Amino acid sequence: MRLPLLWLHDYTVPDLDPKGLDQRLTMTGTKVEAIHEHGVGALERFVVAKVLSAEPHPDADRLVVCLVDLGDGGEPSQIVCGAPNVAAGQTVAVAQPGSVMPDGTRLKAAKLRGVVSHGMILAEDEVALGTDHAGIMVLDDALAAGTPLADVLPIATHVFELEITPNRPDCLSVYGVAREVHAATGAPLAPPPWQHDPGAAGPVVGFSVEVRDPDLCPRFTLRAFEDVAIGPSPAWLKARLSAAGQRPISNVVDITNYVMLLTGQPLHAFDADRVEGGSLVVRRARDGERLETLDGVTRTLDGEMLVIDDAAGPTSIAGVMGGGRSEVSDATTRVLIEAATWDGPNIQRTSTRLALRSEASGRFEKGLSPESTLEGQAVASQLMLELTGATLAGGTIDVDARSDADREAPVLHLRDARVTRLLGHAIPLTGQVATLEALGFAVREDGDGLDVVVPHFRRSDVTREVDLVEEVARMDGLDKLPATLPSRRGAVGVLAPEQRLRRRAEDALVGAGLYEAVGWSLQSEPAQARLGAAVEPVRLRNPMTAEQAVMRTHLLSSLLDVAALNARRGAPEARLFEVGSVYLPWHSDRPRPPGRWDPPPGSRGRAAWDAHALPDERVHVGALLTGAARPASWREPEPPRADYFAIKGVLEALGRALRVDLGFEPAAEPFLHPGRAARVLVQDQPAGWVGEVHPSVAAGSAAFEVDVGALTTYADTVPAYRDLTSFPELRQDLAVTVAQDVPAAAVLAVVRRAGGKLLALVEVFDVYRGAQVGEGKVSLALRLAFRASDRTLTDEAVAPARAKIVERLREELGGELRA
Amino acid sequence: MLDRIAHLRADGEAAIAAAETTEELETLRVALLGRKAELPNLLRGVARLEPAERAQAGRAANDARQALEAHVEARRQVLAAGELDARLAADAIDVTLPGAPPAPVGRLHLLTATRREIEDVFMGLGFRVAEGPEVDLVHYNFDALNHGLTHPARLETDTYYDVVGNVLRTHTSPMQVRAMELEPPPLYIVVPGRTYRRDQIDATHSPQFHQVEGLAVDADVTLADLKGTLLAFARAIFGADRDVRLRPHFFPFTEPSVEVDVSCFQCSGSGFLRDGARCNLCKGEGWIEILGAGEIDPNVFEYVREHGYDPERVQGFAFGMGIERIAMLKHGVTDLRLFYENDLRLLEQFG
Repeated sequence: MRLPLLWLHDYTVPDLDPKGLDQRLTMTGTKVEAIHEHGVGALERFVVAKVLSAEPHPDADRLVVCLVDLGDGGEPSQIVCGAPNVAAGQTVAVAQPGSVMPDGTRLKAAKLRGVVSHGMILAEDEVALGTDHAGIMVLDDALAAGTPLADVLPIATHVFELEITPNRPDCLSVYGVAREVHAATGAPLAPPPWQHDPGAAGPVVGFSVEVRDPDLCPRFTLRAFEDVAIGPSPAWLKARLSAAGQRPISNVVDITNYVMLLTGQPLHAFDADRVEGGSLVVRRARDGERLETLDGVTRTLDGEMLVIDDAAGPTSIAGVMGGGRSEVSDATTRVLIEAATWDGPNIQRTSTRLALRSEASGRFEKGLSPESTLEGQAVASQLMLELTGATLAGGTIDVDARSDADREAPVLHLRDARVTRLLGHAIPLTGQVATLEALGFAVREDGDGLDVVVPHFRRSDVTREVDLVEEVARMDGLDKLPATLPSRRGAVGVLAPEQRLRRRAEDALVGAGLYEAVGWSLQSEPAQARLGAAVEPVRLRNPMTAEQAVMRTHLLSSLLDVAALNARRGAPEARLFEVGSVYLPWHSDRPRPPGRWDPPPGSRGRAAWDAHALPDERVHVGALLTGAARPASWREPEPPRADYFAIKGVLEALGRALRVDLGFEPAAEPFLHPGRAARVLVQDQPAGWVGEVHPSVAAGSAAFEVDVGALTTYADTVPAYRDLTSFPELRQDLAVTVAQDVPAAAVLAVVRRAGGKLLALVEVFDVYRGAQVGEGKVSLALRLAFRASDRTLTDEAVAPARAKIVERLREELGGELRA
Repeated sequence: MLDRIAHLRADGEAAIAAAETTEELETLRVALLGRKAELPNLLRGVARLEPAERAQAGRAANDARQALEAHVEARRQVLAAGELDARLAADAIDVTLPGAPPAPVGRLHLLTATRREIEDVFMGLGFRVAEGPEVDLVHYNFDALNHGLTHPARLETDTYYDVVGNVLRTHTSPMQVRAMELEPPPLYIVVPGRTYRRDQIDATHSPQFHQVEGLAVDADVTLADLKGTLLAFARAIFGADRDVRLRPHFFPFTEPSVEVDVSCFQCSGSGFLRDGARCNLCKGEGWIEILGAGEIDPNVFEYVREHGYDPERVQGFAFGMGIERIAMLKHGVTDLRLFYENDLRLLEQFG
């Protein structure tokens, strides 16, 4: 909201410069987003002047050469003027050279068609008082030449751009902010502008109002004005609207806007003679009903939107925008002014559905008090009488649906001890009283604190003791709060084992030389489906774009996108990993297994959860190598490509870091190379996959993706001590030839089983295929390590174990020992 | 025979001294001392001599053999050293060529590094790290956080929903109520996690982003405690000279509510740089907004009253900060989109 300080000063004049006021308002809850300077600069160059003579320009038909008295005791000044209405004897406003115009330009003496002009005679738009450029402003002749123009016209003001939080619609008004300024600075507050009301209660002859849906319209008031002379508003009014960011239009429309900006209560003006039948009916619209609003757009309504009808049908969308049919025009002589209260959520719904936001709807949707309707009517009546020559016709139609209880001002109790306990800091009771009274609350000391009567304009925001604590705290100044630490009874700041392991997994992959990427949870359906995996994703009901319409079920797609982006940018080699969530929907056709985030039985969340299955969210770790497995160099201009074994090495490093045993078995995934892909097993259960990416999905890439939960569940987080130093281990090599379709893992499994307790380790250290081992055969060189915890082993001691290994290899796999 | 021995010894020594290579020396050794050489065979012939001669000749032959062996060994060492030197000299390289590329150094993403940094600060202050689902019940994301049924944040224009009506959490705050359902006070947790809003992506907005929620509840956790906790946080993250200020604000689930500013670490809170220019980081304000916070609203406690959270007996604070924002401020990253692009040239700069 834009607040011109000149306007604020009608009601309170704080003893602070704009910067100081900014600070104080910001620190009491009304944040000043910006301070604008509206209007002109170099104020001393703007004066009242008298036109002494006005002669036609010798070389230009439309220009007039004037001599003006600036009241400075010097020679008359020559000014060339283009306005048609300039004449000798007028009192005018002059900008002398050196003036700074609203757009920031500095005025200089200039020649117009050969005649020197020392300044400008001003039209109102030239000093941002309004938009009129038809002629110069002619001022009151009683003003003396030389009078500073700023004393006469509001040609310059600071304007605060305020951030008003949604709980404070009362501050979407000049008087509301004045009240805040008063409470924050102690500057006196003038009585409200609605103190004097020219109007009265009673009927208005010829007009009636019926509210058919009082649930959405707690109060509707209407006043009628006759002998209205439509015309431009006076300069002061235009100046305020302009400074507040509103375009002046005509006196009646300007009055409705002015009253809204001053009091916060939106008004609507009807041309009374275009309200058919003189009757207004507030009702819910019919589905599909259409109405042309003031902006010339035809809107289609639904059955939850409120319209105001006359005898000929709808004339406006209640609380949002008026219709074109009953709009005030230049020919209008009778005006109806409506000030009503609407149900905030309903107005918000209507303006959202129609994508139609107005100054009025923005206020109504936050919930205005029914009392402010008459406040708005009072100020509007004053101005209608004063500025349009109108007279009030009759009293005030007031359809008030509130019960007596609704009208009663709530009383809250504020305990002094509660203030101290919540803030950790005491505020003297006298200070609490002063703050609350300044904010418009009525206060009475009672027992252990205060009884506080909430004024109508704060009724929706202040409903509990804690709301009052906030009021006294913010005005007392949060900068006075000490900086303390909580007692932290029972607080132990540690990571859960799973979180610690996740960090370890990330660190292990960083240690393996991979960069961590952070991908998008939201993906396009094609990106999700391009891996050919038959997993149904979680779909959004309201995606913004097709690019982000479903939630990912795997990380690979994100990683491939990152690699592709970097390849496009000239970096075809990437070593990437991500640790992030994937989302799998539960299907209603199968029972829900217990999930990580199930609310505890008996909680209120559990009841909500029973009705709504949440997706199964799992943390995955994925990695992708693309291009060369190592950087090329002069020694190795063509390093090997990142292949299955390169990525498997990374995964094995991850397994070792977490101390979890990983198993591998051949497996097929549609997005992986059919001969170079494996299922990853943890405790014999599938936990993910590893392999070369199918060339039709992405070229030259190898990847893995594993469920982190499976890794962390079986990670050995508390390793037990093993004595590996008291006795040495005995190492032996063994070369065995098997058929080449026998997986190495099968060979190792046989060796482990046969090796018994003494066998501490077996690993493959060489693989040989060729003539020496025969067609269709492969020779694996195995390294065996034997160990006993209580003695040094000799070849003789392990001979039986070795013999058994050889025997089992032959029996189970047809393995032959190579010499 | 003695003469012959002396002769063989002298000739042998001369030949050994004349050998030029270890290879030549080895041939010579075989010739002088091998199984078919004369000297060892002479020793076999000693048996046929007179006993008096026998001892003398035997000793002489033995001496000669040992002397020759010693000479061979001495000469071999000399020749071997020379040959090694020659071999190494021939093995010289261009020492100015670049070294072999080291194993690549990996990096954590800046968002992860920042999240851990924040977690670590709060763990030091006694907070545990809790996590929750990203797709959550409307109950936890809005209802239990005191958002009225018509609160605009619920609108489909602002917030993502899945097809069955769950919400993609708009903040990490749903974990406030979830955590309180799971255990009674005292409760001290931070909740890092991914969050979603239906915002067009630009330099400061993104449909997905990350937050860290904080929650402290006990019988006596005050707004002053919030200030002290966040002061400790701000100093740990942004430097020991930092100050914080609490500005009154409004959130549905805290009362009183505040926004928290940290004194600008570029201009030390003055609003102006050394050259007199207005500070571009804080826009001359001297303060930078870093998070929203407040004392937990009693209406939130009402949702977990039966779990030990009677609002007359317990109170506490909550705060929520954006990890991207903290990272951008701390490292001068100017565009939020960079975090999700994952350009390697960005990734290598952090973590």
